[in-house]
Amino acid sequence: MTALDTIVRGKRSFAARVASGAAGGVMRVFLILVALFWLVPTFGLLVSSFRDPTDIASSGWWKVFTAPSQLTAKSYQTLLEKDAITHALFNTVWITVPATLLVVLFGAMAGYAFAWLDFKGRDWWFLLVVALLVVPVQVALIPLSDLFGKIGIFGDIIGVVLFHVGFGLPFAIFLLRNFFAEIPRELLEAARLDGASETRLFLTVVLPLGAPAIASLGIFQFLWVWNDMLVALVFSNSESQPLTVALQQQVRQFGSNIEILAPGAFISMVIPLAVFFAFQRQFVSGVMAGAVK
Amino acid sequence: MTTAAKAEGAGALPTPSAKPRKSVMGTRLWVAVLFLLPALILLGALVVYPIGYSIWRSLYDADGSGFVGLDNYGDIFSNSSTLTAVRNTAIWVAVAPALVTALGLIFAVMTERVRWGTAFKLIVFMPMAISMLAAGIIFRLVYEQDPSQGAANAVAKAVHDTFVSSSVYPKARPNATASDLKASGGGSFTTTGTVRAGTPALLPLVGIAPNKLPGTPENARAASGAGVTGTVWLDFKLGGGGTKGQVDPGEKALKGVKVEAVKGGKVVASAKSGADGVFTLPASADGGQLRLPGSNFAAPYDGIDWLGPTLVTPAIIGSYVWMWAGFAMVLIAAGLAGVDRNLLEAARVDGANEWQVFRRITVPLLAPVLVVVLVTLMINVMKIFDLVYIIAPQPSQDDANVLALQLFLSSFGGGGNYGVGSAIGVILLLLVLPVMFVNLRRLRKERER
Repeated sequence: MTALDTIVRGKRSFAARVASGAAGGVMRVFLILVALFWLVPTFGLLVSSFRDPTDIASSGWWKVFTAPSQLTAKSYQTLLEKDAITHALFNTVWITVPATLLVVLFGAMAGYAFAWLDFKGRDWWFLLVVALLVVPVQVALIPLSDLFGKIGIFGDIIGVVLFHVGFGLPFAIFLLRNFFAEIPRELLEAARLDGASETRLFLTVVLPLGAPAIASLGIFQFLWVWNDMLVALVFSNSESQPLTVALQQQVRQFGSNIEILAPGAFISMVIPLAVFFAFQRQFVSGVMAGAVK
Repeated sequence: MTTAAKAEGAGALPTPSAKPRKSVMGTRLWVAVLFLLPALILLGALVVYPIGYSIWRSLYDADGSGFVGLDNYGDIFSNSSTLTAVRNTAIWVAVAPALVTALGLIFAVMTERVRWGTAFKLIVFMPMAISMLAAGIIFRLVYEQDPSQGAANAVAKAVHDTFVSSSVYPKARPNATASDLKASGGGSFTTTGTVRAGTPALLPLVGIAPNKLPGTPENARAASGAGVTGTVWLDFKLGGGGTKGQVDPGEKALKGVKVEAVKGGKVVASAKSGADGVFTLPASADGGQLRLPGSNFAAPYDGIDWLGPTLVTPAIIGSYVWMWAGFAMVLIAAGLAGVDRNLLEAARVDGANEWQVFRRITVPLLAPVLVVVLVTLMINVMKIFDLVYIIAPQPSQDDANVLALQLFLSSFGGGGNYGVGSAIGVILLLLVLPVMFVNLRRLRKERER
């Protein structure tokens, strides 16, 4: 291959090489411009979040390049002193953590049953789960606000959590069942011959071996719930609303609320971005597998 | 499980590589039930039941008291505001996935050839991690109308002002009593009398504060000499004094004002006033009227109305592309990694240029991945809500409306009409049904193998 390569390269005319070199240069410039294009919007909001409200109102964020002294953490300080915002941040955590753990737990249990337990109609039940993969969340907004109203959890954190668990499960079961199915049969048989119960088998063999898929699923589900606005917009009230809903209410007067919105958006982004940089691999595979939602 | 295999789980299902498995040993039924019960109960109550309820509820009126048949569906396609939502959703589905996939393909192919490709991918993929709310706020700021706030209009204004010289004195106007300049349409002013060589014309303007003049203006000088000449100046003295219509000492010159000589409605000559306010026209202007064209006084360019009725949907699609191009890029790059390099090299040896290799070999080989990406994005775009809700300002929300937003507005955002809301939900479900069937067929096929 490499020998052939050099021969081929050697045969290419000088003009062709100059042309491809120039094309490479154009391509590099293009990619750098694209990267800038992708960074500037976020950077602009980040800079705005570190400016004084009066400065924001009087000039664009790019003015900090000529006046770096404008930078201040005042907006963050003001924002974090607002009880409504810190309360909403806690709500986000209280919604996200249980919704993630429950989906992983119930999804893993069902995934194991579909992969390794024998019962009548197994394939049909699994088909049903796969069919539910693409059901849009919008379909359930009205029925569940009616149902939750009747059982008295409308506006409660529990309602928001339940909704996310319900719509997180099809993908969780699908992903984990396919992953668990790859576990070598011998491993499971050996454990059974040692007299392990199904529960023990699940906890000590299947879960540890499924860790990579569980990590991907967990990260994906965590970010999905953390970043959700629509479900919380419908099912939470002023007591139980997460950060996304609290911020959304400030968007109406965008121009005058930028000193709340800019730092607020960044506070809501800190965790997802940290997860993104810490678990890039799992994050990428989780997002790729789960984009169907 | 490889990323590529999982990637296919997106729009269509991956290949479950395991053969049909029997349980390790015969399990008792109740064990299986125990493992399945929590998930199945939750799925039944939270996903399956709502589907049935929505279909049933969509046949009833706003408060659920009267059966209306398919009237709610009829309303959606006849009411003008919901019709806008239908049309916009169609635009979204037609434009956004194709755009995102095309960009993802270009980025994936290009980043393969640069050393810092990984860093580039990281930057473009990053928006996937943040919420649509955060992305919406980011782009509300980008699209702010005021060029001194929004980056998009700051750039638009900079480009515009490079090519079109901006007017210098937006608010200036003639002194109505002391000059014979009269408004002559299109923002311009024309003298009623005519100009004569040797008799300098006086064109006094007011309406600007002397300290608001751009730069450091010189004092105005009364023109003199034999040519066709005159002075444009600010006929106002700080602290009062001076004679209206006369160039008094200390009154400021208006530099760069365009003066045209008009004869019989035709411009015969034009000149710009100098730093001292004096302009000189060629002899051909003799006997013409003097006109100050409207371009001198036009309001300053303040950018594009991104979030106005006409551009709001394209603008929001732009922010969506920003969020999702990384997704398409990463999926396509994973597919690209599986393409046999020898095929590409063989084509190059045969004399194909890079474009031909890309068009005839790379793209066809990537077709399955491209389809998965497109379908996934289509499903995603049908349900687009957050970005539209956040970015579209109240006055243009109706113009940016999409189905998912209309569902929310009809049922929760003050509408209170669960009938129409349910009908929209059912329509959204119907739209994804084909994908559901493709998923199931793939799965069945894998089982039969």
